[in-house]
Amino acid sequence: MRSILFLLLALPIASATSAPRTLTEQEKATHILNRLAYGPRPGDVARVQSMGIRQYIEQQLRPEQINDNAVDSRLNQLPSIRMKTDELMARYPEPQQVAQRAGIRNPKAGDNDAQSNRRKLQTYMMQNGLERPQLLLQELQSQKIIRGIYSERQLQEVMTDFWFNHFNVYWNKGQDKWFTTDYEMSAIRPHALGKFKDLLMATAKSPAMLFYLDNHLSTVPNTAPALNAVTRARLANPGAPLPPNIAAQEANQAKNRKRDGINENYGRELMELHTLGVDGGYTQKDVQEVARALTGWTIDKPRQDARFVFRLMMHDRGEKVVLGTRIKAGGGIEDGEKVIDILAHHSSTARFISTKLVRYFVSDNPPDSLVDKVAATFMKTDGDIREMLRTIFYSDEFMSPDAYGQKTKSAFEYVVSSIRAVNGDTNPSQRMAQVLTKMGQPIYQFVAPTGFPDRADYWLTDGTLIERINFAVNLTSNKLPDTRIQLADFPDAKTAALFLGSPEFQRR
Amino acid sequence: MPLSRRFFLKSAGVTAASFGAVPSFLLRTAYAQNPGTAAGKDRPILIAIFQRGAADGISMVVPFGDSHYASLRPQIALPSPLRGGGETTLDLDGYFGLHPALGSLKPIYDAGHLAMVQAVGSPDNTRSHFDAQDYMESGAPGNKSVGDGWLNRYMQTDPRPKGTAPFRAIAMSTNMPRSLLGPAPALAMTKIQDFDVRGNAGRGGNSDIYSAFESMWHNETFDAIKMLKDANPTRFQPENGAVYPNQPFSQSLMQIAQIIKADVGLEVAFADLSGWDTHANQGAVAGQLSNRLREFGDGIAALYRDLGDRMRNVVIVTMTEFGRSIKQNGSGGTDHGHASALFMAGGPVKGGKVYGKWPGLAPDKLFEGRDLALTTDFRDVFAEILTKHMRTSDVARVFPGYTPRQPLGIL
Repeated sequence: MRSILFLLLALPIASATSAPRTLTEQEKATHILNRLAYGPRPGDVARVQSMGIRQYIEQQLRPEQINDNAVDSRLNQLPSIRMKTDELMARYPEPQQVAQRAGIRNPKAGDNDAQSNRRKLQTYMMQNGLERPQLLLQELQSQKIIRGIYSERQLQEVMTDFWFNHFNVYWNKGQDKWFTTDYEMSAIRPHALGKFKDLLMATAKSPAMLFYLDNHLSTVPNTAPALNAVTRARLANPGAPLPPNIAAQEANQAKNRKRDGINENYGRELMELHTLGVDGGYTQKDVQEVARALTGWTIDKPRQDARFVFRLMMHDRGEKVVLGTRIKAGGGIEDGEKVIDILAHHSSTARFISTKLVRYFVSDNPPDSLVDKVAATFMKTDGDIREMLRTIFYSDEFMSPDAYGQKTKSAFEYVVSSIRAVNGDTNPSQRMAQVLTKMGQPIYQFVAPTGFPDRADYWLTDGTLIERINFAVNLTSNKLPDTRIQLADFPDAKTAALFLGSPEFQRR
Repeated sequence: MPLSRRFFLKSAGVTAASFGAVPSFLLRTAYAQNPGTAAGKDRPILIAIFQRGAADGISMVVPFGDSHYASLRPQIALPSPLRGGGETTLDLDGYFGLHPALGSLKPIYDAGHLAMVQAVGSPDNTRSHFDAQDYMESGAPGNKSVGDGWLNRYMQTDPRPKGTAPFRAIAMSTNMPRSLLGPAPALAMTKIQDFDVRGNAGRGGNSDIYSAFESMWHNETFDAIKMLKDANPTRFQPENGAVYPNQPFSQSLMQIAQIIKADVGLEVAFADLSGWDTHANQGAVAGQLSNRLREFGDGIAALYRDLGDRMRNVVIVTMTEFGRSIKQNGSGGTDHGHASALFMAGGPVKGGKVYGKWPGLAPDKLFEGRDLALTTDFRDVFAEILTKHMRTSDVARVFPGYTPRQPLGIL
């Protein structure tokens, strides 16, 4: 029965019913489209077979040479994704600040005039061409969905998703509402197939990361002795109220201390999550030393154009020892750059990044044999991502029945591959992002720096399965408000729904 | 649809047999038993709450009596209750106090049904959120080869598996938390109402497509849907004047209460709340951490009140992956630390007391010279709950490599 469906739909699906020793040509093409792309559209498998798998891989590795006009015109309706941060801040301001500026009482105050104030504010914003920051999120989400479905540069999209998740930031954290758009467009996207070191440096100097992991606040510790009047008063009389003059001093001190001392957050995640990996051989002392080296890496004019800046006055100019390498006293920005350089060329980084790539492209249990090869490529090519991918795509481990159909799709992969499979025409509404959230993937809104886990058991639970089935039924019966499909490739909507809701289609 | 149905049935069967990395719930046929028969009002229930991001233990259970406390945290120390005037720490025992934002928990403490454990955590010294959460949820600190979660292993070792219901374990989250991962069945959901096949093409008009899906996948998901619909937990309104804040965490707890009241056989419930990673501008009486604590405390207090008499069989336990640095950092926040604090509430809890040996904050007492030292292994607490409350006999299997110690005597 399966073979009939295969022919009928020309959309082969992964199955292990008769795991052959080697993959058939059709399976190979399907596999490539499931891993380098977000799944086949009708006709794609035959196209890849006729152009040749090698040709397809090489083409995808050179996205700049692929014409993508069709998707560009779909993106025209999302103006914010092409704006720089200063423009985003000016045009998508926090409504409360606009209210203040325009002399309208804060509608959130909840007084009698709240409603009319809200209307006043709306009118004011409209007249001045201002939009709410929430729209930035919506447009960012829409562009990701649109590119996932329609871009011909599919591998570029897959890798942009991979690296964004690797260097995750959380859109909702304060200023990151305005920083995340440029983060994806300028820090992640251009380097997705380039050198790992450039990608790492771009994220390290991005306002989005500096803000998300607090490095923008990290400064040289106060060298003055800690035992000041306030501390002495507290120690002398524990638990007792402070005398008024001392209390005033405390308040003043609190103000001054606000930007005083290192913050380890970024230094730690830089090693644990971005480069060496948690078992990569660093110590708590290294975390502190890296944080010291990166003091002064901060954000200039965070409420205007928000650019990376190095401030010498915030920098700890003492000597540091990072992973055994001495960074001599008296340095400036080069201290942090040296750290990035050490980390970007470390063998633990090569291994950690390779493991992650192989886990994504091959199997939840990455074969050591392949991880070794990819790590060797990393060391040999100065962390050339394109070369590492070549090592993976042309390996036996990748093109193997053991890998075929073994990865469970993330919610995003599921939704995008479903729409591709039925040739859907979509103009994604907010609802699409809400559906992804219900399936366990709030895109751009994963709070922890780990990013979404890349494991089958994370993505499929009873609850998310129900969401996927409901989505399959709604999509195929043309009940989604923002998407129209052509049923031409399926005998009826029900067959299409069962296809998209089947266990096999949950995998890639 | 005999055509595709047979095909899918076949392939679904093969799926479970031949794929290694199949999510556990797809394999639960082996565990599925008479749903419903396990329901009983006197079954012990455990509600586990994870504070993700490393909650600052000494801001929750404040050691105001420790002479080093205030000076180590010039901006973010909570005022001592002895200080008087304005909002202060709520005195618990003359040495420790509760953060004022946790005030709604104080009556439960005073009534003797809320206990705290101070200086508790994982003996592994990692300061990685991910590893530390993983270790606490797998129940095997330092051991990365343990694949399932401690709550799942509890269910595997439970001596009364007969009559297992699909609602034996529920996580109120989209994705299955590590604590419940494993071969024993568990459900993850965020909203009871959403746990249903629906959509415009759903109910009534298109029911045969769902029966096709039902055959294609294993039946248990669909059994669970039907059972939940019959039990209709959302009909239960909060009781005893309980008011749940309108925030996701509290709404999760409210739904746990509804499922408990529906008597569908719930034994283990799980909820989590993130936002504890206060590296910058943590605040003191007011501020970021205070807001989080209010959400946390008000939710638990509402749950406690709502369940009323039923709390006699319920134990609520909270956990967090590690504590935070004792000194405040350069940004009015705290960095990753070591030991933290946890809460236990419920009828069986001998509350009104702060448990655990206090290691002190003197410089020579700190772990690695900067963090609160650990005096209680989190497994000591979890093991006591499993042994005395859930009445399991095989704690050794739940916590591989762990030698049970003298229980703290909280239960």
